[in-house]
Amino acid sequence: MKVAIVKYNAGNIQSLTFALNRLGVDPILTDDAEALASADKVIFPGQGEASSAMRSLREKGLDKVLKELHQPFLGICLGMQLMCTSTEENNTECLGIIPEKVLRFPAGEVKVPHMGWNDIANLKSPIFTDIKDGSYLYFVHSYYVPQCDYTIASSEYPNAFSAAIQKDNYYAIQPHPEKSAEAGMKLLENFLKL
Amino acid sequence: MLTKRIIPCLDIKDGRTVKGVNFVDLRDAGDPVELAERYTVEGADELVFLDISATLEKRKTLVELVRKVAEAIHIPFTVGGGISSVEDVRALLNAGADKVSVNSSAVKRPELVNEISLEFGAQCLVVAVDSRRVGEVDLVHTHGGTKPTELETISWIKEVAERGAGEILLTSMDHDGTKAGFADELTRKVSEAVNIPVIASGGGGNEKHFLDVFQDGKADAALAASIFHYKEVEIMHLKNELKNKNIPIRI
Repeated sequence: MKVAIVKYNAGNIQSLTFALNRLGVDPILTDDAEALASADKVIFPGQGEASSAMRSLREKGLDKVLKELHQPFLGICLGMQLMCTSTEENNTECLGIIPEKVLRFPAGEVKVPHMGWNDIANLKSPIFTDIKDGSYLYFVHSYYVPQCDYTIASSEYPNAFSAAIQKDNYYAIQPHPEKSAEAGMKLLENFLKL
Repeated sequence: MLTKRIIPCLDIKDGRTVKGVNFVDLRDAGDPVELAERYTVEGADELVFLDISATLEKRKTLVELVRKVAEAIHIPFTVGGGISSVEDVRALLNAGADKVSVNSSAVKRPELVNEISLEFGAQCLVVAVDSRRVGEVDLVHTHGGTKPTELETISWIKEVAERGAGEILLTSMDHDGTKAGFADELTRKVSEAVNIPVIASGGGGNEKHFLDVFQDGKADAALAASIFHYKEVEIMHLKNELKNKNIPIRI
């Protein structure tokens, strides 16, 4: 299986690569439009700040490429947020693959970033096969996607928000599966089986 | 619900795990990668590696160790010790570390906190603060807690939070190594003073101490070393006890 990881300035992909290796996959890291289009699966990781990440994607022309893919696609963390229409992080316009706005957690009500293990519920996708409601995954983020029509898993901090969303072949998950012990490995395995 | 984290800390010297009692008298507690794997299986929520190697040359081996750890475990881990530049951070993150912690170097040059946070995001930056009571005030100490500074602990922590720290690792040097309990009062003051997570460290000796620092100290996470290395406290047992006391915990 050919798994491509999107190469741009906001990905620390070492842990993701190790996790995929453990599942028997040797991913390629690429920003080449053809390589991405011909992969069986595409993973879009992300860490850091949204506006500089979007700038990097646009400079590489990836903003257009990523919107036109047909194979199963998985955004992780900032990758998920960049798939939405916009984010409150430095008022950044994003890819617009999923028509939702990314908001900042309310300061004062809870500590920001939302950092640590939180449980996920209302699981509605084959990527959660054999993952129980109430399983814990590792989150690190200051911005979130609200509950919406595309929500396929929810978490609470302090209110319910989208832990994962999906539209067509585009899947996205807020926590880091590559850092979420066995539940996270299972999720990656499920995605690879789509 | 977001859970409280239990974090074993591995002090690393020349590629091996050590833990000092009050940071002196080092004892060898094994191979860091093996220990990391064991802690993952036992239910640790996160790991912290602090490199206390004396020389720059020895520290370079840390990047290789980080890579081995990242390959072996799939939970988050933080690496600290001797980090003084954005390039130091880049090397560790690229090797697979999730976060870095800075301590003395941030005291020496506070702009380092801004620089790292801007470059890599607040989420990967832990500022470690070693605090010791001097008379009536809590003062930040550097160099393994041996050198007092003029910085008052709470105001320094507020400053680094404003500069872009994503998390605080608060070690009470008065409690460290005593196994007599965490510094609950100081931890609560810190936790209430900033809007970022606080890891309490120093003094954890039994299950009750962890309960206290979560309930009274309002800590988001608690860190300990030797009690876990020598199995004086078993992580899974500790987590079950805390869960029974209604502390949100990942089992």
